[in-house]
Amino acid sequence: MLRGANLTVRPGEVVAILGRNGSGKTTLLRIIATLLRPTRGTGVILGLDLARDGDAVRRRVALLGHTNAIYPDLTAAENLAFALRMLGRPADRAVIENALGAIGLPGEADTRVRGFSAGMQRRLALARVGLLDPRLLLLDEPYSSLDPEGAELVTARIAKMRDAGGSAMVVTHDVVRARRIADRVVALDGGRVVPCGPNDYPFNGGATELSALGGEG
Amino acid sequence: MGVREAVSRVLAVAWKDLLTERRTKAGFNGVVFMSATTLLMFGFALGPDPAAIRAAAVGMLWLTVLLSGALAFNRSYELEAEAGAFDALLMYPGGRWAIFAGKLLANLAFVLLVEAITVPLAAVLYDLPVLAPLPGLITVLLLGTVGFVTLGTYYAAMASRVRAREVLLPLLLFPMLVPLLVAAVGATKAVLVGDPMGHGAGWIKLIAAFDIIFLVGTFMTFEYVVGE
Repeated sequence: MLRGANLTVRPGEVVAILGRNGSGKTTLLRIIATLLRPTRGTGVILGLDLARDGDAVRRRVALLGHTNAIYPDLTAAENLAFALRMLGRPADRAVIENALGAIGLPGEADTRVRGFSAGMQRRLALARVGLLDPRLLLLDEPYSSLDPEGAELVTARIAKMRDAGGSAMVVTHDVVRARRIADRVVALDGGRVVPCGPNDYPFNGGATELSALGGEG
Repeated sequence: MGVREAVSRVLAVAWKDLLTERRTKAGFNGVVFMSATTLLMFGFALGPDPAAIRAAAVGMLWLTVLLSGALAFNRSYELEAEAGAFDALLMYPGGRWAIFAGKLLANLAFVLLVEAITVPLAAVLYDLPVLAPLPGLITVLLLGTVGFVTLGTYYAAMASRVRAREVLLPLLLFPMLVPLLVAAVGATKAVLVGDPMGHGAGWIKLIAAFDIIFLVGTFMTFEYVVGE
């Protein structure tokens, strides 16, 4: 799927990745997250080798994937408490309520997630990722299921990441939003990472499905 | 990773699995019902002869535990699949063995709880004298269950990403459990029926050896089982 893909992301940089369905965007993020081993090639994250230093990479990288990784039979607070414990940190109620407040779910700490809408679950997933405090944030279709207010939370999270000197890689089909949030936009085409300038895709002023467009970068 | 951090992660996984189970009770109710039904069916299959039932009772008890326990192991990883959370679990820093240890702990508590219902039920149905030799029986059950749950949790992780996992798990697990089953039945018989030939201690040592070998082996290789 990926052949000769070559991408460098600098500290403080936000890179948006576009590409047709099946072009390897999710695979690329999963390789960087150490969830997949590349059959060939190397990857260096913050000076750490992906193949050799998996655990050290995982301490610095967070992934918000297609799924929310939220347990429906636990409450919102219990989900975040679990994340904190998995990080070896105490499940501090104040930290949890603060995280829930930041994503617009301040009164939902003790509500079971099964009763949440898809958008609320996505927000909670964003809160979970926020607790990880990564240096590199990997976001795979982070805006899916979110209302405009929720989408702004994602954008604010990315901006906060950039301001703190961290980096973010955002996979999206939304060309307009990609150009708005990212310092650089690239596309995956034929297994390779290609630059994607402002004129490389039709720009119709609205959210655009890349798969419906000519994809030569 | 410090010891405190590792213990925190192990307990977090176990806490999460047990809390989810307590809330839904989907696994526990099903497994207890399956155990009771299996014990009854074995009883019917052997007919009304009390001597025949008593002779086969210990084997039937262990088979019931094994069959119903296999259901619990699959459930343990289904929780992650339902939430789409297995990748997130693997992404947390620290050794992935802690995930295995947490799930092992939760499954151990679950199966022991099922046994706390199944064993008295078997004692009533099959007229087993469990009260007098209770400490010995608990020791054998604990040792046997540790080995069984260790392998079950390990193979369930292996089968968890396969579509036919419900079929694959027993195929992988049961052949590996034969030595443990033979030893556990032998040791339980020695405890319950008496041990004129003095084989009981040997069976218990065999179970302990099985536990140690598979505990070490599974902890050492879990990382490779869940990695892609």
